[in-house]
Amino acid sequence: MATVDFAVGIGGENGQGIASTGDLLARIFARRGLNLNAYNAYQSIIRGGHTFLTVRASDGPVRSMGDKVDVLIPLNQDSMDRHLRLMKAGSCVLYDGDMLKPGTPAAGVQLCPMPMKVLTKGNKLAANTAALGATLQMLGIESEPLETVIARQFKKKGDEVVAENVGVARAGYEYAAQNFKAFPFKAPKLPKPQAIVTGNQATAMGGVAAGVKFYAAYPMSPSTGVLMWMASHARDLGIMVRQVEDEIGVMNMVIGAGHSGCRAMCATSGGGFALMAEAIGMAAMIETPLVCVDVQRAGPATGVPTKTEQGDLWQVLGAGQGDYPRIIVAPSSQLDLFRTIPELFNLCDKYQCPGIVLADLLISEGTASVDPAELKFDGKIDRGELILPNGKSETQNPFGGYNDNAYLRYKNTASGISPRAVPGVPGHIFTAASDEHDEDGTLISDEFTNSSKRRMMVEKRARKMQGAAADIAPPKIVGPENAQATLVGWGSTEGVIREAAEKLAGDEGIVVNQLPIKWIVPFHAEEVMRILSRSNKVIIVENNYSGQFARYLRAETGFTAHGHIRKYDGEPFMPHHIIESVKEQLAGKQAISVPSHEVSV
Amino acid sequence: MSIPVETAPASATPPVQASQVTKDTYKGKIHPDWCPGCGDFSVLAALQTALFELGLKPHQVLVVSGIGCSSNLPGYINSYGMHTLHGRSLPVATGAKLGNHELKVICVGGDGDGYGIGANHFVHTMRRNLDLTYIVMDNQIYGLTTGQVSPTSVKGMKTKSSPYGSVENPINPIPMAIVGGATYVARAFSGKQKHMVEILKGAIQHNGFSLVDVFSPCVTYNKDNTYKWFNPRIKILEEQGHDPTDFNKAIERGYQWGEEIPVGLFWRRTNLPTLEELEPVLHDGQGPLAWRKLGLSDEQAHALIKELL
Ligand SMILES: Cc1ncc(C[n+]2csc(CCOP(=O)(O)OP(=O)(O)O)c2C)c(N)n1
Ligand code: SF4
Repeated sequence: MATVDFAVGIGGENGQGIASTGDLLARIFARRGLNLNAYNAYQSIIRGGHTFLTVRASDGPVRSMGDKVDVLIPLNQDSMDRHLRLMKAGSCVLYDGDMLKPGTPAAGVQLCPMPMKVLTKGNKLAANTAALGATLQMLGIESEPLETVIARQFKKKGDEVVAENVGVARAGYEYAAQNFKAFPFKAPKLPKPQAIVTGNQATAMGGVAAGVKFYAAYPMSPSTGVLMWMASHARDLGIMVRQVEDEIGVMNMVIGAGHSGCRAMCATSGGGFALMAEAIGMAAMIETPLVCVDVQRAGPATGVPTKTEQGDLWQVLGAGQGDYPRIIVAPSSQLDLFRTIPELFNLCDKYQCPGIVLADLLISEGTASVDPAELKFDGKIDRGELILPNGKSETQNPFGGYNDNAYLRYKNTASGISPRAVPGVPGHIFTAASDEHDEDGTLISDEFTNSSKRRMMVEKRARKMQGAAADIAPPKIVGPENAQATLVGWGSTEGVIREAAEKLAGDEGIVVNQLPIKWIVPFHAEEVMRILSRSNKVIIVENNYSGQFARYLRAETGFTAHGHIRKYDGEPFMPHHIIESVKEQLAGKQAISVPSHEVSV
Repeated sequence: MSIPVETAPASATPPVQASQVTKDTYKGKIHPDWCPGCGDFSVLAALQTALFELGLKPHQVLVVSGIGCSSNLPGYINSYGMHTLHGRSLPVATGAKLGNHELKVICVGGDGDGYGIGANHFVHTMRRNLDLTYIVMDNQIYGLTTGQVSPTSVKGMKTKSSPYGSVENPINPIPMAIVGGATYVARAFSGKQKHMVEILKGAIQHNGFSLVDVFSPCVTYNKDNTYKWFNPRIKILEEQGHDPTDFNKAIERGYQWGEEIPVGLFWRRTNLPTLEELEPVLHDGQGPLAWRKLGLSDEQAHALIKELL
């Protein structure tokens, strides 16, 4: 059980170094063994605007950004004005006393003005470092960890910069010791340090664990972090990384690399994904495995580039023309992204089809702590029925020789899976065609369209998904069997729904359980139906306007949910949004709740 | 080409055939369904002859196309093939080439495919100078969609989609490729197959991006740029003493159009490294990326985790 659970919020404008301050703080907490979640609410400009970063830490599980802020560090007046009114008794506000006017806080909020000019010796950019020093002091953390992470962060800028920042941090620390009231708790130090990882890093590392040898992308927030990680590690890890001219090119290049036999991957956001749609269908048609990650952001069109949403479900479901097999999965967290990608590669290799990951800004740009022991890079790699040369000479390969009709690349098997040779293997020559083709690859779409063969090939490809469904874990209820309501979510909302459910049980005595959905296609319609038909009240929680998952659930099962909690203002759910909505719905006041974000960030 | 990875499924072994390359080796199992007289027949024959004469084995060659009449070519040649989407042969080929850089990768398609819908990829593939050969069967019309205006249709040309005559200026692929970074830029004509064979052999052997734009008449939909129209105009650069290392001359001859239209090698440079040469990942002695062992060493995994602590 958690003994402490606190959050630090840093607000200011882009360009004030808020992300790196948050990173320092997260690293200090993680090194103490605390679990954490960090979420940066920012805007699509390089300078100015308003940015608010929340780092929440606890010795218990941390699955969301939480509901409250204990330490507010407003770096400008705007942040002070936006956030002070939300601060509750027991919290504190650290700010530049010479520059900022606090206004009137709620009773019990400790105002902590700091003489920043003196503490930073006039270096305006170091104010956040002084505030960090003060924060640690008030949380009962020694000053050394901060000094160590500062040294790490500024190492490249030279000893002088390190010394200056360490000096400022110490000054802030000592000033707090003399002038402010520390928190009644101390942030504990646990024996096992945690690692911190963003979802984009976890995605890239998941690809590496899967054996990705080819990665291509076109920069697009919030997916660009994957490209940057891959590019900086490419040479050490032996990966071909390419920034391509557009996302159409990205997907087609990934298909080429996948077809050659590489494990190949790309990540984008909704706009880029839209450009990839036709090619994803081709991957399914020529039966080339690959993995594509769609890091969703608020749409449509350019939408809100730096804000989160679960709005691409139907885009992904409907991507490309025609019916075709593909696997669609929505991981729930940073660690889940890391684990899911190798699993998805195994499935895509086995079933020779594209795999699509639905991530979102919340988990992909958000940071979480993970137990380093959970980051396993030696998982099972299963490439399915892949024919590589295996060092065999031309005549040793099965079906050796040329002009040989014996090898059927698209052999119509019971499972729908046909042994896959890659170009360069002697004796297996074929043409992979995006036109409909026969078992040997020759076109049946042109001169002599053959309806029975067309039907056979459609069914052959479709059969693969029956096998895939059996390989994928069906969803399970989390929480007590007997509950007043079942909260259904998909992908990244799993953590916040879990926290909301726990708080409802603890604080309000309302028992709800949770059904997190991860695998979207194939969908376990029967299992889901069995679970939901036993539930007293089914409420679907999702980060979009139209209830995209609710509609999908109805399409796949015929089940109509009783209630809906939706949010489409660009910000993620906080636990209290769900709690209040559930209460409202259990009281019969609403069937669709749209909680609003209390602060504009 | 080695590196054992996964085992191939056990299959019945049919009689092993000779792996000698003969003249018929490159014959595909399907007879082309192009219109009789279509210029693309000549391109197919020239490509088959070039591959044979270069002594390449079919499994070492990957022919990648887009969509169009001309893009049906991979089905008619006995080598590995990919018949992709309209305009996308170049990125698919790029991925395949980087995945297995030991393959000879040859892209084929039409002018609509390459200079229309695929133009963005065309520009960027050239500047990367990948070792690819790109053969464009340029008939100045959209054949497969039954005769619409194309990016290389001459201004004023009447087609089904430009019934009053095209008012747009055409693309001239030769100067475009020379400035765009292609390192072997040539033109051929379906009516001069022997010459085309030599141009193609040069392109396939060239280490870098080569463009061969081929006047390949569409006998069904282009009634303007016919064999009869081209024959008296075509002049072979090699017979005129053109120096393909002279940039200005190459551009100048590339723009020539009218009474005399040059074919042959306009431009070649050999002092620009290819993308493959500049990527150390391909030079660590492990062979093609596609055939390498998957997974990380323990040290690599530890180093990655350490970054997160
Ligand atoms: C995305 C997309 N748009 C349009 C088409 C229809 N289409 C097929 S081939 C073609 C143009 C063919 O012209 P070209 O590339 O010059 O080849 P040709 O048939 O003349 O050899 C078009 C527009 C398509 N297949 N895909
Ligand atoms: S329509 Fe034109 S390009 Fe197409 S096959 Fe016939 S002649 Fe050739």
